[in-house]
Amino acid sequence: MAETRLETFAINFGPQHPAAHGVLRLVLEMDGEVVERADPHIGLLHRGTEKLIEYRPYLQNIPYFDRLDYCSMLCQEHAYVLAVERLLGCEVPIRAQYIRVLFDEITRILNHLLNVTTMALDVGAMTPLLWMFEEREKLMGFYEAVSGARMHANYYRFGGVARDLPDGLEDRIAAWIDQFVPKLDDMDELLTENRIFKQRTVDIGIVKAQDALDWGFSGPMLRASGIPWDLRKAQPYEVYDRMDFLVPVGKNGDCYDRYLVRMAEIRESLKIMRQCLEQMPKGPVRVQDYKIAPPPRALMKSSMEALIHHFKLYTEGVRVPAGEVYAAVESGKGEFGVYLVSDGTNKPYRCKIRSPGYVHLQALDFMSKGHQLADVVAIIGSLDIVFGEIDR
Amino acid sequence: MATLDKVARTILWQELIKGFALTFRYMFKRKVTLNYPYERGPLSPRFRGEHALRRYPNGEERCIACKLCEAICPAQAITIESEPRADGSRRTTRYDIDMTKCIYCGFCEEACPVDAIVEGPNDAFAAETRAELFYTKEKLLANGERWEREIAANLERDAPYR
Repeated sequence: MAETRLETFAINFGPQHPAAHGVLRLVLEMDGEVVERADPHIGLLHRGTEKLIEYRPYLQNIPYFDRLDYCSMLCQEHAYVLAVERLLGCEVPIRAQYIRVLFDEITRILNHLLNVTTMALDVGAMTPLLWMFEEREKLMGFYEAVSGARMHANYYRFGGVARDLPDGLEDRIAAWIDQFVPKLDDMDELLTENRIFKQRTVDIGIVKAQDALDWGFSGPMLRASGIPWDLRKAQPYEVYDRMDFLVPVGKNGDCYDRYLVRMAEIRESLKIMRQCLEQMPKGPVRVQDYKIAPPPRALMKSSMEALIHHFKLYTEGVRVPAGEVYAAVESGKGEFGVYLVSDGTNKPYRCKIRSPGYVHLQALDFMSKGHQLADVVAIIGSLDIVFGEIDR
Repeated sequence: MATLDKVARTILWQELIKGFALTFRYMFKRKVTLNYPYERGPLSPRFRGEHALRRYPNGEERCIACKLCEAICPAQAITIESEPRADGSRRTTRYDIDMTKCIYCGFCEEACPVDAIVEGPNDAFAAETRAELFYTKEKLLANGERWEREIAANLERDAPYR
C-alpha cells in the first residue's frame, strides 16, 4: 500500500490557557506532535491606550503606562516621563534620578522573578514560584511605601518623582537585598542544574544572533543570543553612566540561556540597587519649576502664586512645546520606547508605544517550528510576553 | 576526571537530591503566609484605598467644590455639582465617585487644595452589587467620619514629603 501523508491539523492554544501568560491565542498547525506553524492572534486585551493618550493632558497619561506591561510598571512610566522631559527640556534633580534608577531596578527584579518562576512553573517546577512570590510581595511593599499602590504606582512625574522616599526605606531596601541573595541562590540550586528543567529548556527555541537582530529583539532575548546590547550601557539615561554593572550575555540563544541571562541580570540589578543606596545624595526630588511640577503643599496653602500654579497644573496641565521625541528605556523585557509628538497644547498629538513583547511574539513562529507542543509552552515562557503591552 | 565526576553526579542524581533536601529544609522554616482576614500585611501612610470626604474639626465639610479632582481624574469617575449655600459659602450638592471606574491613581487627593477628598487606608470594601459601588456624597462623608483618625494620622505622617 502506498504511503499516505496525513494533513496537518490546527489546534487552538489559549486564550484561556494558563500557560499562555495572559490572553494569547495561538493557532498551531500540528503534524502529529510537532508544530509546523504557530500563528499568534493578538488583540484580546486591546484597550486603545495610544488613542486614549491623545485625549488626556500629559499628567493624566502616567497611570496608563503602569497598565501596559503590568509586570514592569515603573520602567514604562520612566520612558514616558523621559519623553515629556526631553520635550520640556527640564533637568531632573540628582536625587530623583537615583530614586528612578533604584525603582527601575526593583521593577526589573519584579519582572524577572515573575518571568523566570512562571516559566519554571510551565515546565513543571512549582516551588520557585512560591518562594519568589514572597520576595515580590516585599518588593511591592516598597512600591506601596513610596507611592501608595502595590502595582500601579503612578510615582514618576515630569521633572522628578511624586514624593521623596519615606524615612528608613533605604535601610529596609538594603536589608531586603541582603536577605534576598541566599534565597536567589536557593532558587538557582533548584533550577539551574536540574536535569528536568534542562531537558525542557536546553536547545529549545534557538535564536541565532543574526535572527535576533533581524527580528528586532531587545533586552534579555537579544542578549541571550550573544549580542551585548543594553540601553543602560549604550545610551545611558539618568545616572546609569555612574553605575558599575555587567551586561550578561548568552551563548546559544535557547530557552535555557534566556533563563540564565535573566538570573544574572537579577544579580546585576542588586548591584545597581546597592550602588544607588550608597551614592544617593539628599536634596529635592522634583524640579523647582512650578510650571512643570506642582509646588509643595505647605507652600500651596500659604502662597497665592503657588496656589494659582497648583490650579493651573491640575486643570490645564503642562503645556509642552511642539516637537517630537523618542525616548527609550531598558525595561525588564527589552527596549520600551515612547515616541511622542507634541503640537504645543496640553495634550499629546500622538503617542506611539514601542513595546518589546510585541516584537518578540512575532518570532514565535520560527522559534517553535519543528518543536513539540510542550516546547511551545517553554518558548512562550522564555519570551516573557505580557499582553497588556502587546495589545495596548 | 572531570567527565568521570560529571557522570558520577548524573548517575547519583546529585542535583535532584540536593534540590529535595533544600525543599525539605524549607518545611521547618517559619511560615510566611498570613491568615488573611485576621492578619494583614503592613500598609504605609501613603496607601491609596477607599475614598473619603473629610470634615474640619468643627464639623464643617472641607470640600469647597473647586472641582480640581473632577478635572484631574483620568478615569472621569468623579461628578460634582455645586450651589452657594444659604450662608453664601460654596459647597457641593452632589459629589459622586463611580468606584467601578476609579483606578486609584491618587490624583484627586494630590489635587485637592483643602485635603477634603482623600484615599484612605481601607482596602476591604468589596460589595455584592454594582450599585453599592456608586458612592454618593453621604457615603463618602460617612467614610470620612469612620476613618478620620487613621486618615488624619497618615496625612500628618506623610506631610513632610508632600
